[in-house]
Amino acid sequence: MSGYYLALALRSLKRNVVLTTLMIAAIGVGIGASMTTLTVFRAMSADPIPQKSSQLFVPQIDNWGPIDHLGQSDDKLEDQIDYIDAMAFMNAHAAPHQAASYAVTFALTPADTQLKPFKAEGRATYTDFFSMFDVPFQYGGPWSAADDQGRVPVVVISHELNEKLFAGANSVGRTINLDNEDYRVIGVMRHWEPMPRFYDLTNDPFSKSAQVFLPFTRAIDRQMASWGNTNCSKRADSGWDGLLRSNCIWIQYWVELPDAAAADGYRRWLNNYALEQTRSGRFQWPAYTKLRDVRAWLRYQHVVSNEASILVLVSFSFLFVCLLNAMGLMLAKFMGRAADIGVRRALGANRREILMQCLIEAGVVGLAGGLLGLALTGLGLLGLRSLLSKEALELTHLDLPGVGIALVLAVSAAVIAGLYPTWRAAQVQPAWQLKAQ
Amino acid sequence: MLKMTHLSKVYRTEVVETYALRDFSIHVRAAEFVAVTGPSGSGKTTFLTIAGLLEEFSGGAFELDGVDVHGMNDNARSRLRNEKIGFIFQAFNLIPDLNVADNVEVPLRYRGFGAAERRRRITQSLERVGLAARAKHYPAELSGGQQQRVAIARALAGSPRLLLADEPTGNLDTQMARGVMELLEELHRDGATIVMVTHDPELAVRAQREVHIVDGQVVDLAIQPRLVGGQRAQL
Repeated sequence: MSGYYLALALRSLKRNVVLTTLMIAAIGVGIGASMTTLTVFRAMSADPIPQKSSQLFVPQIDNWGPIDHLGQSDDKLEDQIDYIDAMAFMNAHAAPHQAASYAVTFALTPADTQLKPFKAEGRATYTDFFSMFDVPFQYGGPWSAADDQGRVPVVVISHELNEKLFAGANSVGRTINLDNEDYRVIGVMRHWEPMPRFYDLTNDPFSKSAQVFLPFTRAIDRQMASWGNTNCSKRADSGWDGLLRSNCIWIQYWVELPDAAAADGYRRWLNNYALEQTRSGRFQWPAYTKLRDVRAWLRYQHVVSNEASILVLVSFSFLFVCLLNAMGLMLAKFMGRAADIGVRRALGANRREILMQCLIEAGVVGLAGGLLGLALTGLGLLGLRSLLSKEALELTHLDLPGVGIALVLAVSAAVIAGLYPTWRAAQVQPAWQLKAQ
Repeated sequence: MLKMTHLSKVYRTEVVETYALRDFSIHVRAAEFVAVTGPSGSGKTTFLTIAGLLEEFSGGAFELDGVDVHGMNDNARSRLRNEKIGFIFQAFNLIPDLNVADNVEVPLRYRGFGAAERRRRITQSLERVGLAARAKHYPAELSGGQQQRVAIARALAGSPRLLLADEPTGNLDTQMARGVMELLEELHRDGATIVMVTHDPELAVRAQREVHIVDGQVVDLAIQPRLVGGQRAQL
């Protein structure tokens, strides 16, 4: 009978075009508004590394004390660490894998003289960075721990940079010139663009990943300054060594801990480390540390702003209002057909069959509303171009799951909105209807 | 076929009880053609809706084709209605956005017949009422008489045991009314059991017998043999 009810629903939609259009428009506008905000919200709140997000942690330590604070977080902890702590963490090997890193930039001079030198963004880090974050390689691989210790001038380059410099060929063993120094290419990544760029949220979390990765130790040797934020609570001594000895924070630090026991162990180690700093007099305040995994880190850093969450709530409230309108229109439509329903009941339809007929009609209206809503979502996302960064915008396209969500939401919402009108229709007393005629 | 014994139907409000039928008894046998007459508000249509299982009754007993219908739930009543009863309404009650064939198909859908069986029955019913050529027409494209013939075809399609007709010619001019009555008489000659509610004495005399209702009660249940199809009915 479902096919029969579907055919009846399609006929019914054509029967009263104005009412049908209004119902579809009510649902379509509601779905369009809610899906536009939901698409942006989903893109911003997506887990950038779902397979490992519960195993990757950011350790935080209070190296400024309770008085000095940047004021960006509620718990008076900073989102980066200084060089002293970074080196202590690295040397302690308290986690199976760990990597300090910071953003750098250099003038890249291509070997191909046809290409002009350009500014390239890079990241100085340790070898574990690549395995921790499941960085995929097209050619070669990461440098070794020995390369880290040896401060070897090697680089891993992005797929895009390899396309640009070497036309996509295997460039392992070739050299690139960064700030007038040659670096040997040891690995070429596949396209890797985690969004949000969780491993460094200090600048725009929706900006692109680095093009060049080089050993942290080499960057320190070359006195490559941070291209990200550097904040100090006290004036640092002048010069590169002054920065390294200061409490200026500019380094991102991640550890990989395979399970809860390892996380607890690291948490204890981190706190003991802070206690040791207090005992030694480096910190004049109680030990205060935190360890957050990827999802907690994204929440802590407010990658999804409260405004975005509120906007989703508002848009779903709007959908609710639209559905109330659709419900009123459906009630008018179904009750306007009370005579037909009475005839069907007289000819043998039971209440359940009338319910099914009306619910399938509501579902068809919902599906049509969903398709309209998808078109409006597309328009809505286009309208957001002026508000979002280019990289964020790339994320906010309507993918297949998004289309599925929109259609399921529209059909479910229409069926829910149709429950009361349908119930009323099923209560039509055929005798009264027929007597009235 | 249809047996009501001391049946009553009461409509209750907070302040008043109104008896639409009171101590109402009737027995319609198989292959009978009975006319139910009475003034407006006498309870004719209430009788018909109860007989058609569209409404419940308040007291008494009602058997339809040997089945006691008292206390049946909505599903069972709907199924029994679909299988045993064919309705012919005064206002035809065709569904306007379905064509003739689709209108005739409605009760067959609820019966659960397969597509081939539905097609066979639709064709047979429409041929019976002389409208096979109009199968794809919509109700608005037909005259009143043709619409009523479609309604009769719809009533016949499920091969019901009982045809209930409520003022079947009430919305037709005399020419069309004659044609519809002739069709009903023809169906009766072929063995159909028909109960026809009418306030028209000229139609009532064409039935085998007449049951007269006043104030919800049968006041004259005398068997009145009528000439049916030129022959005196044997009752």
